[in-house]
Amino acid sequence: MTSIPSNVQQPNAAATGWAGMWDFVRERWDLVALVVLAVAPLVVPALGGALGGQVTTLFIYCILALGLNVMVGYTGLVHLGIASFFGIGAYLLAILTVPMYPFQIGFLAATIVSVLATAGIGLALGAPTLRLRGDYLAIVTLGFGEVVKVTLRNLEQITGGMKGLNPVPPPGAGVKIAGIDLGLEFAIDPRWFYYLSLLLLAGVVVAMRRLEQSRLGRAWVAVREDELAASAMGISATRVKLSAFAMSSAVAGLAGCLYAASLSTTADPNAYDFNRSIMVLCAVILGGLGSIPGTILGVAILVGFDTVLAPWADSWIQQMNINPSGSSLLSFSGWRLAVFGLALVLVMRYRPEGLVPSRRLAAELHEGHA
Amino acid sequence: MSVQFFLQQCLIGLTNGALVALVALGYTMVYGIIGLINFAHGDLIMLGACLALSLVTAFGLATAGPTATWLGIAMLVVACGLFCGTLNVCVDRIVYKPLRNAPKLAPLVSAIGVSFIFMNIGLFWLGPSDRSFPELLPSTNLLPGDGLQFTWKDLLVLVVVVPLMLGLSLLVRTTRLGRAMRAVSQDPTAAALVGVDVDRVIAATFFIGGALGGAASVIYGLYINTIGFQMGFQNGLYAFTAAVLGGIGSIPGAVVGGLVIGFVRSLSSAYVGERWTGAIVFAILIVILVFRPEGLLGRRTKEKV
Repeated sequence: MTSIPSNVQQPNAAATGWAGMWDFVRERWDLVALVVLAVAPLVVPALGGALGGQVTTLFIYCILALGLNVMVGYTGLVHLGIASFFGIGAYLLAILTVPMYPFQIGFLAATIVSVLATAGIGLALGAPTLRLRGDYLAIVTLGFGEVVKVTLRNLEQITGGMKGLNPVPPPGAGVKIAGIDLGLEFAIDPRWFYYLSLLLLAGVVVAMRRLEQSRLGRAWVAVREDELAASAMGISATRVKLSAFAMSSAVAGLAGCLYAASLSTTADPNAYDFNRSIMVLCAVILGGLGSIPGTILGVAILVGFDTVLAPWADSWIQQMNINPSGSSLLSFSGWRLAVFGLALVLVMRYRPEGLVPSRRLAAELHEGHA
Repeated sequence: MSVQFFLQQCLIGLTNGALVALVALGYTMVYGIIGLINFAHGDLIMLGACLALSLVTAFGLATAGPTATWLGIAMLVVACGLFCGTLNVCVDRIVYKPLRNAPKLAPLVSAIGVSFIFMNIGLFWLGPSDRSFPELLPSTNLLPGDGLQFTWKDLLVLVVVVPLMLGLSLLVRTTRLGRAMRAVSQDPTAAALVGVDVDRVIAATFFIGGALGGAASVIYGLYINTIGFQMGFQNGLYAFTAAVLGGIGSIPGAVVGGLVIGFVRSLSSAYVGERWTGAIVFAILIVILVFRPEGLLGRRTKEKV
């Protein structure tokens, strides 16, 4: 218990040059990343095209993963159906804004309503099921995910079935500021969504940090560490878990709203299936449970690999004409699953606390070895 | 909707459920002994089905005579059982064993990783689209009259599944290995203290669970007649649900859960519509867990400090 993890770095007083810069980046990775990402679209023209859209998707998944992190990372509850809340957020936003329905209350109002409603649905699912033990709770969330997917697919009159709901109007449709039609700008230039998502992601990161330090955040961790001990200290485990459930759902709903708006459609219900949930869960675990930079890195690696790198490598292989027969053995995406799986297995084997672990969790995991 | 229609659906549910139960046993045995939700089990069965298809094609079973066909099916069950059992043991040795003392999520995520790797192997083995599995058995009705349908295929399912289950329960209840398995599942440390070779027992559990899955894969191919590299996921999900429903870790529970899932699936497909089946199965699962959190036949465990 008393041993101090040996990998804690001693502050280097004489850090100069590259090493000093590296220390600064490590210390303030958030600011550096924010500045780089904020400047990038002005410098890199490709971000005004398809790449900008892909990076926007990455930001949205980061928000989703940070939401999941509240439940899995802080509170220690395994959630296998986060994509369903992502989907509920997306569909609620669409129902509140598409021309097919009479509401059309605009992006901002619709997002607020959807986020609140998603939190409510999370509460409604959590309230009766939170007394279940870990694995059973995981199955309930998995089952809920399947129920949502099937329902979205089959309630064609409401959800548009496999076609999904569209067109979801862009944020600020019809709003004119100084002669600029905001909606039109959003529709034409992907950089608008890039900045909107980046802004919201930054907001979520700040909020999560505040939460971590707050009374509620510490209660989440206490319940994860030892539910009985936490209850003995006067924490109501049920209420704490419920709040984690609601918070996770709300943030996932927010990500869903952004997702539907950025694609201007909800896409088909398969976009919110079990695979998506698993991918986000793996990103959180790979990056480091309960760690904000870890979660973001995990998403960047897994989702980035899937949505940015794999298509790019495939088109490269096609251009180089390495694979004229079109065999899946020689295409990059043919190996996608194996690379994915191998990465998960290897990380769990050699670094079970994740790539950028939260300090507390890493210390615990290495307690036995030190 | 007549009584006969209802009975027919029950028959379908029975055979389907028996198949689900066979897969569910693999989940529940592994969970009972090391507390791991083995996500790769469904995909292991998919690989078993790949092997079965390759063997059927290689030996030309589709054109063999009736005796040769039955003999061939028996050989297939044995071959795929050995293959899946061995593969399962290898995966345990390489992937899960180093993680025995790791936090609980680590083996779970590794299992998801293994499932992805298996799916990729299946993708290369079968190709991206579904493949049809040859009809080896005649579809003549075995029941008198032209009312209820019960074909050779349905019979095959029961002929394979029932003895395997009886054998398994005998093994667990009466043999030395079975006693060791029960001991390890209760408390691995205490079992090791009284001289049980825990690693061997775990390996045996993985082998038996995998072998049952291998048998299930052959029957699946012969019964459903379509296999694809993604079949492991959906079937694994149902089987796993069955295991949880019955009380994960409990062997009779997996059988009961499998039958319940089979009946629910066939009845809801018949009376509500195929496309709602998934939602109904999982909705029932959630409701049952809310009222009986330990599953139908599971033991209630008290939380320990």
